Amino acid sequence: MTTDTGNTGKSNSFAFQDKLFARTTQFFALLVLVTLLGIIGSLIMGSWMTITQTGPKFLVTDVWDPVRSLFGGMAPLWGTIITATIALVIGVPVSFGIAVFLTEMCPPVLKRPLGTAVELLAAIPSIIYGMWGLFIFAPLFAETLQPLMINTLGKLPLVGPVFQGTPNGFGVFTAGVILSVMVIPFIASVMRDVFDTTPPILKESAYGLGATTWEVVWNVVLPYTKTGVIGGIMLGLGRALGETMAVTFVIGNAYNISAKLFEPGNSIASSLANEFNEASDPAHMSALITLGLTLFMLSFIVLALSRWMLSSLAAKEGKRT
Amino acid sequence: MSDTSLATPDNPIYRRRVWVNRFNLVMSVGTMLFGMTFLLWILFALFSKGLAAFGPAMFTQMTPPPGSDGGLANAIFGSLMIVGAAIFVATPIGILAGIYLAEVDRTSWVAKTTRFVNDILLSAPSIVIGLFVYTLIVANVKHYSGWAGAVALAIIAVPVVVRTTETMLLLVPNSMREAAVALGAPQWRVVTMVTLKAVKGGIVTGVLLALARISGETAPLLFTSLNNQFWSTDMNAPMANLPVVIFQFAMSPYEEWQRLAWAGALLITLAVLLLNIVARTLFRQKHQ
Repeated sequence: MTTDTGNTGKSNSFAFQDKLFARTTQFFALLVLVTLLGIIGSLIMGSWMTITQTGPKFLVTDVWDPVRSLFGGMAPLWGTIITATIALVIGVPVSFGIAVFLTEMCPPVLKRPLGTAVELLAAIPSIIYGMWGLFIFAPLFAETLQPLMINTLGKLPLVGPVFQGTPNGFGVFTAGVILSVMVIPFIASVMRDVFDTTPPILKESAYGLGATTWEVVWNVVLPYTKTGVIGGIMLGLGRALGETMAVTFVIGNAYNISAKLFEPGNSIASSLANEFNEASDPAHMSALITLGLTLFMLSFIVLALSRWMLSSLAAKEGKRT
Repeated sequence: MSDTSLATPDNPIYRRRVWVNRFNLVMSVGTMLFGMTFLLWILFALFSKGLAAFGPAMFTQMTPPPGSDGGLANAIFGSLMIVGAAIFVATPIGILAGIYLAEVDRTSWVAKTTRFVNDILLSAPSIVIGLFVYTLIVANVKHYSGWAGAVALAIIAVPVVVRTTETMLLLVPNSMREAAVALGAPQWRVVTMVTLKAVKGGIVTGVLLALARISGETAPLLFTSLNNQFWSTDMNAPMANLPVVIFQFAMSPYEEWQRLAWAGALLITLAVLLLNIVARTLFRQKHQ
C-alpha cells in the first residue's frame, strides 16, 4: 500500500477495512471457543452441589434412589462403557471389512454408490434406529438369536454368565448391537479415507513381490495407516459413548450393574433422557448434570485423542508427497 | 524348473496364502452385505410401518390425545420453525468462523485451538448440548421454549458449517487470491468476491448437511423445546417438534400414537436422506 502515495486516504481506509474484516471473523471463531468453555462452565456449575457434597465418590457409588435422594453414577457409567465396548467389538471388524471392500475389491462403477450408501446409513437420525430397535429388532432378537445365545454361549465356562438374562430382547446387549450399526458408517468411512492415502507405489511394490490382496492390506496398508485407523475407531467410540435416543429405546432403564448382558441397564445419556425433565429435587438434578459432565469429559478425551491421531497421519502424508 | 516354481497348487505355503486371501476377501464382501442389510432393513421397516398413517391428514390435523387418530401438523410446523431458526443463526456464524480459519489466520494459537475445539464440538454428545442450553436459557427464564430448542440445534449446526467452509476455502488455489490482491482489493473483497464465490456450491453443501444433521436431532430438544400438544406459533413457549413427538408416541402404549410415530419417522428419514443426496449431487456437479 506504500506505493499508493497519491491516494493515502483510500489505502488507509483499506487497511482499516482489512482490520475490521479480520476482527469480525475472529470474533465468530472465538464464539466457537466460548461455546465450549460455556458448556464446561455451565455443567460444572450445575453439578456443583454433587461435586462438593459427594465428590469423586459419586462415580463409584452404585445407589440411585431419587426417593431417598441418594445418587451415585456408577451404574450409568458402567452401562455407557459396556454398550460402547459392545458397539466397538462388533463395529470395528465390520467397518474394517467394508473399508477393505470399498478400497481394494469394489468394481469402480459400484464404488461411489456403495460409499454413498454407507454414508447414508450415518445420516439416518438416531431416533429412527431407536424405533427400529424397539419395534423390529428387539422382538425378533428375543424370538430367535437370544434364546440360542443363552443356550449355547451362556452354557460355556468363564464367559457363560455374560450371555445370560431375561430373553425379552431388551437390555445392554441389544443397545450395544444397535450402537454398532450406528458407528459402523463413521468408522468405515474414516478407514476408507485413510486407506486411500496409502501411496500406490507401496501397494504396487508388494503386489510385484507376489503378495495377495489380503497380504497387501494387512502388511502394507494397515501398518501405514494405523494411527488413522485408531483415530477412526476413537471417533466411533466418541459417537457411541454419547448416543442417546437409540439407546434409550432399548436399554430397559434400570440402574443395574451386572455382567449379564441381557439384563436391562442404563447409560448416562439414557438416564438423562428419561429423568431430567422429571427431576424436581435439586440434588437429583445436580446428580444428573454431574452425569452429563462425566459424559462430556469422557467423550472430550476420546475425541481429542482421535483428532490427534488423525492429524498426525495427515502430517505424515504431507511429508511423503 | 517345474519343482522350483513356488506358485503351484502343490506348495502348501502358497495354498495356505491363497485360501487365507480368499477367506478374508469373502468375509469383507460379507461385511459390506451386512452393512447394506441394515440400511435396507431400516428403510423397509419405515415404509411398511410408516405408510399406514402417511397421508394428507398427517399434514392437516393436530397431534391427537391418547387413543384417537390425528396428524402431525403442529409438530411438522414446529420442527420447521425451530430448525429454520437454528440454521438461520448457524449459517452466518459458521461461514464467518470458517473464513477466519481458512483466509485470515491459519496458524496462530487462536486458529489452532478453534479448529481443535470445532472438531470436538462436531462429535460432542448432543444431549450434553441440550443440558447446556437448559442451564443457560430454560433454567433462567423458567420455561421451555422453541427459541431454546433453536439455540441448541444451532450449536450443533455451527461446527458442521465451519468445517465445510474451511475445507472448501482451502481448496481455492492461492494464485486466485494473489491475482485479486494484486489488483488492489482489500481482503474482505478478495474473500467475498473471489474465494467464497469459487466454492459457493461446497458451502451450500455444508449448510444442507448441517440442516440434515439437526433435522433429526432429538436429544437436545427434550430439555429445551419440550413438546406442545396444540398448534403454536409462539417461539417463546414450549413447541411441538417431530423428533420429540416421535419419541413420546413411539414409547406410548397407544396404537394410534405408534402409527403416527412411524409416519413421522418415515417423513423425517425421507427429508434427511433427500437433503443428503441433494447436497452430494450439488457438490459433485460443482467439482467436476
